[in-house]
Formats: sequence, structure tokens, C-alpha cells
Amino acid sequence: MSTEAIYEARGIVRRFGAVQALDGADFDVRPGEVSALIGDNGAGKSTLVRILAGADAPDGGTISFQGRELTLTSPTDARDLGVETVFQDLALANHLDPIQNMYLGRELMRPGLLGRLGFMQRAEMRRRGAEAFDSLGATVRDYEGAVSGMSGGQRQAIAVARAATWADKVIFLDEPTAALGVVQTKGVLDLIRRIRDKGLGVVYISHSMPEVLEVSDRVHVMRQGRRVAVYDAKSSSVEELVGAMTGALETKEAS
Amino acid sequence: MSNATHTKDDVAAPAPEAQAAAPRTSVGEHLRRRVQAQALQIVLVWLVICAIFSALAPSAFLDVANFRNIAVSVAILAVLGVGTTFIIVTGGIDLSMGSILVFSGVVSSLTMERLGDGQGWGVALVGILVALGCGLGWGLVNGFFVAKAKVPPMIVTLGTFGAALGLAQVFTGGIDRRAVPDELVNTVGFGQVLGIPVLVLVAAVVVLAGIVLLRRTKFGLHTSAVGSNPEACRRVGIKVDRQLIRVYAFAGLLAGLAGILNLTFFRSTTIAGHSLTNLDVIAGVVIGGTSLFGGVGTVFGTVIGLLIPATLRNGFVILGVAPYWQQVVVGAFLIGAVYFDQVRRASATRGRPSTSLFARIFTHHRKDS
Repeated sequence: MSTEAIYEARGIVRRFGAVQALDGADFDVRPGEVSALIGDNGAGKSTLVRILAGADAPDGGTISFQGRELTLTSPTDARDLGVETVFQDLALANHLDPIQNMYLGRELMRPGLLGRLGFMQRAEMRRRGAEAFDSLGATVRDYEGAVSGMSGGQRQAIAVARAATWADKVIFLDEPTAALGVVQTKGVLDLIRRIRDKGLGVVYISHSMPEVLEVSDRVHVMRQGRRVAVYDAKSSSVEELVGAMTGALETKEAS
Repeated sequence: MSNATHTKDDVAAPAPEAQAAAPRTSVGEHLRRRVQAQALQIVLVWLVICAIFSALAPSAFLDVANFRNIAVSVAILAVLGVGTTFIIVTGGIDLSMGSILVFSGVVSSLTMERLGDGQGWGVALVGILVALGCGLGWGLVNGFFVAKAKVPPMIVTLGTFGAALGLAQVFTGGIDRRAVPDELVNTVGFGQVLGIPVLVLVAAVVVLAGIVLLRRTKFGLHTSAVGSNPEACRRVGIKVDRQLIRVYAFAGLLAGLAGILNLTFFRSTTIAGHSLTNLDVIAGVVIGGTSLFGGVGTVFGTVIGLLIPATLRNGFVILGVAPYWQQVVVGAFLIGAVYFDQVRRASATRGRPSTSLFARIFTHHRKDS
């Protein structure tokens, strides 16, 4: 496993009025690794992810990608780097089908005049889209139906698979399993493992400690706007994680 | 695919028989299928209406000339309806198209009467371009205020509804203009090709283009996507504001086209004649199955939705029924159409198909009944 961070944040500061959401937070993502991001409500997890996804700008600190320092001004900047994010709202267009959602904003156009007139390679998108879902094991039962009619697990799988298809470096998942049942959750965790096995860095926020220990390689614990500890998931325990989250335990900043 | 079963739906649901995946599979399809089914349903409704009138007045109603009349009476509304369908699919509304039609006709007519003797194809071409330009201009105004200034579409288009009509009256002193080149009247206004009025042919071309545009192109897909979830569009880099402005501009352009068609057909700017056109068109769009909540709709449905009131009006006149009844019946259709839309949306979000009679008739693939 590579130990070289591909995406790194140092000393990120973000204030919302009087609220200090992030107070010098560090973070790093390594390729081919699942990093869990945990912390109590208000610890700054979502704010940090929003900043790394380009959806919010920090008041201070540095972000570097593949060793190069940069400033993100929009989610498009992050996407251009190969960084995709699935927020809790999933951001699916409900009336469109899974393939249309996958290719939304990235439609394959026909060559030549027809393409300039706005005609798309529909069959090609159907074929490649179905292949992409299949290769991730995201069981989409119905490629033709509107996603609004699908279950929470299906919708989550579609959103995650879409992000995984376009991300080639890092993927952020904000509580992907929060609203799911047991088996649906297992499906999404399997999906996360397969994305990691593709060599991507996966970062995911969760409140479920057993789940975090099961699927992640490293666990980053946030408290009061800072990363207070990084644990190796294999050698950690629920007690240790909860202790670090609440501040009951002495914390260590692991490598 | 070995882990295929892991994301199975219904895990949280207690019912074990939910493992029969097939009905769930079709749920997503339902929304789309039912939109298409609703278009089919209203075709059926329209055919029933035609059948009733045909039975009651076989010689007068069931006549090629009579259907030609119905088609002509719908043609201009259909041109407006295509643009309005796109706007409603974005989740917006347009109250201004009748006034834009009048404004475009007025400015076009005023321009043409000042050009030479006001006759000839050159003048006609200028008149057409002026009308299209006027419509496009008003559409851009609508789109700008909706997309950039974030004023609700109903207010923006209510404003331009008044403003465009008011300006048309300022330009003319409220008196209708009649300047149209004869060439245009004889071809577009009253001409026929193979027995089909040119007016109807123009409308048919616009409708076909609208169907292809909405269903087959990126423009149409993004129109649905913007109406479905604008935030999702922003996240994937679609310029939502620009898409909205384009849609309103497109609808304005078609209103301008309708303006020149109206002028050539009536040989008049019909300033006072379009105050309720917007409601007729919106009723047609909604009866045709386009959701007022945005995201889904069909241009084909709109055309049928416009044909139903026109056919009723025509049939009632032939039967000697007071034509006022047509308004009553159309009103009932409108409420019924929106009711079905609500039921469909509710069943889609519940993730369970409803079991209306229409749904049973038109969705053969359902296995849960």
C-alpha cells in the first residue's frame, strides 16, 4: 500500500460567523486506501469534505494535490483533478434514469453536424453506462426507469457508482450508509471496497464505528474542528475511536 | 456481479415476499411509462370524444373539411404549446406568450407597412424576421429575470404579459393593424399543400422538431434535468441559468413565429384576442400530461391536450350545444389531468405503483396485480 498522500490538506481554517467550524484541520488521502472520517456532530467533517470537494472555500490553510499546492474555486475544479464527491442529498435528477444520471453533464455527443445540433450517442452511453455499473457490482435493476421510483439503497448505489466512474483519483462519500438498512449498507460497503481496489482513494464519513472498522484502512478522528487522531483500523477498537471522538482518551497523531 | 444480491431493495421492509424483484424493477420505469401512458390515455379520450360527435352528427363532424378546421384552430396554439411545454418541464410557467404573439405581430405589421408598398416576398421575409426577433427578445427578458434575477416565473411572465400587450397598444393606439403582404397571406395564411393547410404544416414541423429536441438532444435532456433537480445539475457543471434562459428564449422565438402565423391567418394583429391564450395553452400542456412540478413532459401530449378543447368546441357548435359548455368540460379535464399527475407522483415517491384502472390498461408488464 502506498503511503504517499495524493490529496493533502494542512491547517484548514473555516469560520461561519462566530462558529469556528475548522480550526487548523489536517487531512490526507492515499490511493488504494479507504479513509474513514469520524467525529461528533459539529466536529467539522462535512465542512472539511465540502472544502476538499471544491464546494466551499477555506479561510486559511493549504490544499495540495499530488504534491502541488492549489486553490479550488468550484466543484468543477475538483472534478477536473479526478476528485468526485457524493453528498448526502445524492444530487440525482429524479426524473432521469440511472444512465442519464451517470452521463449528466458529460454526455457523449455524436460526431460531426449531428453532435453540434445536440444529438447524443444514446446507445453508446447505455452500453458503457451499464458496463460501468456492472463492473462496480452496483446492481441497477432498471436502467430505463426514473431514479425517483427506486429505493434508497439503489439510489445510493447509483450515486456512488456514478462518482466512482468519473473519479480517477479520490472519491468522497458523505454518510453513504446513514439512511440504509443492513443489507443495503453491506452492498454500499462492498462497492466502497471495489472502488478502493481500482486504486482510488476513498474517503467516507460515517457514524457507525463497527462499519468504519470493517471497511476502512485508516480512521481519521475529528474533534472541535481539528483532526485529533489517525488510527490504523486493523489495530483499533470502537472504544478507542469513541474515546478519541469525545476527548476522553489521550489522542495520537499517527503517520 | 457476484455480490449482486447485496444491494437488494426491500431489505428494510418486513415482507419476505418482497424478494420478488420484478415488480420493483418496473417501478422506476413506471414514471416514464406512465407519462407516455398518459399521452396514450388522452389520445384515447380524444378518440372517444371524436367517436361520440361522429355518432351524433356523422355528416357534419366526420368530414375532412371539419377536421381541417379543427387542425387550423389548434395550429397556432400548438406552436405556443411546444415552447410552453419546455418551460413547464423546467418547473417554470409562461403567462406571457399570448402577449408576445400580439407584440410580435404588431411590430412586424408596422415594419412591413413602412417598407415600400408593403408587398412582396422581400417585405414578407423582413416581417417574419422582425416577428421572430421580437419573440426572441421577450423570451430573453423572461429568461433573464427568471434565471439571473431569481424572480418567480409566474411573476416575471405576468409582468411581461402586461408589458408586451401594453407596448403593442402604445405602438398602435390600440387599433389593430392589417398590413401583411398578400404573398404571405395566400401561402402561409390560407395556402394548402395536398389539401393540408400550410398553417398546419408549419405547426406540424414545429411540433416534430419539439418532440425530437425534447426527447433526443442534450438540450432536451438538460431541460428535464434542470426541472428535476437544479442543484444536481450545478454539481455536474451544467449551467442552469444559461439553460433556463435558452428555454425561455426558445419559447419566445416560437411565440414570435406564432405572431406572424396569427397575422397572416387573421390579416389582423388581433390585439384584444389573446388575453386568455396563455391559459388555453397551459391547460393543453397540463392535460397532455406534462407535470407542473417540472422534470417530465411530452410535446406530443401537449398537442393532444390542445386538440381536446378544440374538438369539443367544434363538436358543440355542430350539435348546437351552447359553446359555453366547452369551458366547463375543459375545466373538468384540467383538474382531472393534474389529479392523475399527483397520484402518479405520489406513487412514484412511495416506490409503489398505484392501481388505477388506466394504469392497469396501459402497463401490461406489471406483475403485482
